[in-house]
Amino acid sequence: MRKTRIAVALMASMALVVAACGDDEATSSTEAVETTAGSETTAGGTDTTAGSETTAGSGETDYQWTPNPDILAAAEGQVNFVAWAGYAEDGSTDPAYDWVTPFEQITSCEVNVKNGSTSDEMVQLMQSGEYDGVSASGDATQRLMAGDEVVAIDPAEFPSYENIFEGLKMQPWNSQDDQPYGIPHGRGANLLVYNTEAFADGAPDSWSVMFEPGSPADGAVSVYDSPIYIADAALYLMATQPDLGITNPYALDQAQFDAAIALLEEQAALTSQYWALYTDQQASLENGDVLAGTTWQVIVNLAQANGAKIDAVKPVEGATGWSDTWMLSSKAANPNCMKLWMDWIASPWANSQVAVWFGEAPSNAVSCTLDGMAEHCETFHAEDEDYWTDVWYWTTATEECLDGRTDATCVPYTEWVNAWNTLRS
Amino acid sequence: MGERLEHAPLLTEVDLTDGRASEPSRPLRGVNRAFHGRRGLGVVTTLGLPLSWMLFVYVGSLLLLVVSAFYALDPITQKPSSTFTLDNIEAAFNIFDPAVRDTIWVLARTVGVALLVTFCCFLIALPVAFFIAKVAPRWVRRGLMVAMLMPLWAGYLVKGYAWRAMVAPSGGKFAASGKGDGGFLDATFGWTPGYGRVAIVITLVYFWLPYMVLPIYAGLDRMSPSLLDAAGDLGAKPFRTFRSIILPLLMPAIAAGSIFTFSLTLGDYIVPQMVNNGKEKFMFGTLINSTLGAPNQPLAAAYTLWPLLIVVLYLLAMKRAGAFENL
Amino acid sequence: MKLSLPARAALFGFTVLTLLFLYLPLLVVARLSFNPAKSVSWPGWTGYTTDWWKLAWEAEGPREALLNSCKVAFVAMLIAMVLGTLAAMAMARFQFFGKHAVSFLLVLPIALPGIVTGIALQNTFTREFDLGFMSFKVGLGFHSLVIAHATFCVVVAYNNVVARLRRSSPNLLEASADLGAHGTQTFRYITFPLMRSALVAGGILAFALSFDEIVVTTFTAGSGFETLPVWIYANFSRPNNVPLVNVMATFVMIVSIPLAWLAQRLSEGGDG
Repeated sequence: MRKTRIAVALMASMALVVAACGDDEATSSTEAVETTAGSETTAGGTDTTAGSETTAGSGETDYQWTPNPDILAAAEGQVNFVAWAGYAEDGSTDPAYDWVTPFEQITSCEVNVKNGSTSDEMVQLMQSGEYDGVSASGDATQRLMAGDEVVAIDPAEFPSYENIFEGLKMQPWNSQDDQPYGIPHGRGANLLVYNTEAFADGAPDSWSVMFEPGSPADGAVSVYDSPIYIADAALYLMATQPDLGITNPYALDQAQFDAAIALLEEQAALTSQYWALYTDQQASLENGDVLAGTTWQVIVNLAQANGAKIDAVKPVEGATGWSDTWMLSSKAANPNCMKLWMDWIASPWANSQVAVWFGEAPSNAVSCTLDGMAEHCETFHAEDEDYWTDVWYWTTATEECLDGRTDATCVPYTEWVNAWNTLRS
Repeated sequence: MGERLEHAPLLTEVDLTDGRASEPSRPLRGVNRAFHGRRGLGVVTTLGLPLSWMLFVYVGSLLLLVVSAFYALDPITQKPSSTFTLDNIEAAFNIFDPAVRDTIWVLARTVGVALLVTFCCFLIALPVAFFIAKVAPRWVRRGLMVAMLMPLWAGYLVKGYAWRAMVAPSGGKFAASGKGDGGFLDATFGWTPGYGRVAIVITLVYFWLPYMVLPIYAGLDRMSPSLLDAAGDLGAKPFRTFRSIILPLLMPAIAAGSIFTFSLTLGDYIVPQMVNNGKEKFMFGTLINSTLGAPNQPLAAAYTLWPLLIVVLYLLAMKRAGAFENL
Repeated sequence: MKLSLPARAALFGFTVLTLLFLYLPLLVVARLSFNPAKSVSWPGWTGYTTDWWKLAWEAEGPREALLNSCKVAFVAMLIAMVLGTLAAMAMARFQFFGKHAVSFLLVLPIALPGIVTGIALQNTFTREFDLGFMSFKVGLGFHSLVIAHATFCVVVAYNNVVARLRRSSPNLLEASADLGAHGTQTFRYITFPLMRSALVAGGILAFALSFDEIVVTTFTAGSGFETLPVWIYANFSRPNNVPLVNVMATFVMIVSIPLAWLAQRLSEGGDG
């Protein structure tokens, strides 16, 4: 009897606690996912404060952005979007890199980010209709546009749009029916990372260390866990088996596709890790479990800051890459805040910050003129279109061959997914 | 509930309840009259709400899931379309197709792990339960059982995370300085199974062991000691008693325990992922989850039919073995 | 039967080893929550810091997740208690056609793998139901989570109450009726007090089950709503947040285990 009373009292007090503390949520929480836990790394390469121009004497950063006043007036107070990890930093990973807090202060739109690890995951998240927007790579954008998950934008509402590099605007992956469907974010290549101590005899410059046995990284290779990686295999075949006739790694007829899958099956013997969460690859690089792999510059930066002896390079065969676009959801609950974010992230200062942090080329031409950005833009070939000729941006493979062939049918992406799942099981 | 002795006025005046009202209030009297003798109404009122909840919310959802497997995925938008197709069912069940066989192989592997985990749990649980029920002195029995069951409530992810910390291997010789030290097992014993299949099996055994201990203990506890004494009097050595008396009598209890160890292992994908190496997708649940995230909901639904079928069949088989009386 | 001393000693030793096996990983996690370094590498038994506990208390993410977990578990528990008790009363009291089917049905949500339940419920909740005169979608969020959790918690409450009802002598109810008590009176003064402690025990277990659940939750919570297990799952592989995860994991242990112990004590008492 007494025990029962104690139990009931316990439950009642729990209820009281729940009710009393319920108000806490009303106070703002900046990130739903990342929490402050001190920071161990100061990554982002050598430029820690690149791109900021201080107004004379005040010590305050000039964010070089004036939000569209009509949209600002209609701002909803919060925005929820899906983004690649590292695209919306709020200072919790590294206090020197924070372009979310200034945005929140200027627009009063509280930012909630959901990190997606692969384009497939992002498409699935957007299909739920619960997000206002997404930073989509080319292999997600087409599915989103076809499925009416995203809407066309009116460039007039986005002051930053006019300074975007012309080569990124109105591309097949970010436009439809002659209408732009989003704001270009930046672009980058998937690089080959390698452990400098393991490769002390000579730094690699070819994807062969990931596909051929016998290299110092044999058995310690790290592969990106997404069907889109099949294009990387196809890319390697472009160089090593030219008689297959592959001209575009996303346009593979059945024979070419089968060859790519066969290559990947052989690669499995060399592989020790298939990564989707960037932190997994980062930890393995630091542990020395992975000695070579396909990576993003941001992972290399973070691992180097923790002492990993690694370096990254774009191999001679070329590389797959991404050209990301910020898109607005057709079911956005907070479209105005999302538009403000899209304009913000494409504005010179913010765009330069994310470009430096993530290790990619910015999309806003003015970013390259900011303090300290000239070197970054050169390293990442922001204005060098030649560099991008052998970078194949992530794109959705369709039955209609993307290389223009009319005499063959190409394998569509749904088949890529099935083949990848079979490979991985 | 017995007869209401309506015509015995004496009784309505007896104060049954320490000064509280002895007659139910007016509305309740009507209720009582309505329910009296009507067993069917009683069943419907009590069972109605929970049963309809379970039928509509749960069984209904399962049926909808089965139905959703029959729709094709629109290749352009990658959302379920309204085209009816048997392709997904074929992709999941057509064992004659070599591509499908790879999927079935993952399923078979997972069923194998589920059976292995069940068996290992049984091997560990039986001696322990026997000790607690038959050998340990009476006053420690409850304490020991409580000690055995408490880890169940430590939290699923907590335990998965704990094993991750236990089996973490030390890094390779190219590890950055300060990184790459191993977890508890490696640091304390110099050996660890590392992340991988062995760690998955050990971790799953760890998780479901209490589910096996509890029914076996209950079964042993119910077993009258005079039964065992009788066997001994008839000349049976302990091992013989065990094999011919105890084990057969325990079968329903073992069946009950195995329901949890088998079914929970079959569908689990989170904990195996936590202690797996980065390389293989070992469990069928992981395959379902990644198919769902592809996104390909209809195909994932088709794949889900497999564990659904297997577990339902297993449940029915265990029901025959008497497991349900022992849950 | 009489077992030899070596046999009994062996069984004792085996039991001790098993208990060690069960508790060692939990101790490791608890130890790590005081570990200054940010990793799962084993630091030995020296070197403590309470920094992470302070940080966890201040950080928004884990605290909000904890509150969400409590809210969902509390409401799910209440629903499960009501439904479970009703079902238990029906099953213990009456004989009717389909009793076995009902007990099978009640066990199903907890016996089927979480991924099956999760995908099925998610499919239902995200589906647009067109009834002709209106269409509705349940949607994902707090409400869908409560529905999902209540569904598999029902059997926990049910088990406890039905076990108690079956254990109690039917003579009590007959005696009460013989003494002239009406149906509702018997319920209020006899049946309910009888099963009260079992009900509370079932409720506590349902609360703990809901608090801890991850698989079905990931499918039915939707994007904005994070319970504590969801938070832990999202953060355990993030190097910066590893210490916080350690703390929250230890916290979950510290809360759940006494709760379960309390439930155990309650369900044993009240034998009548």
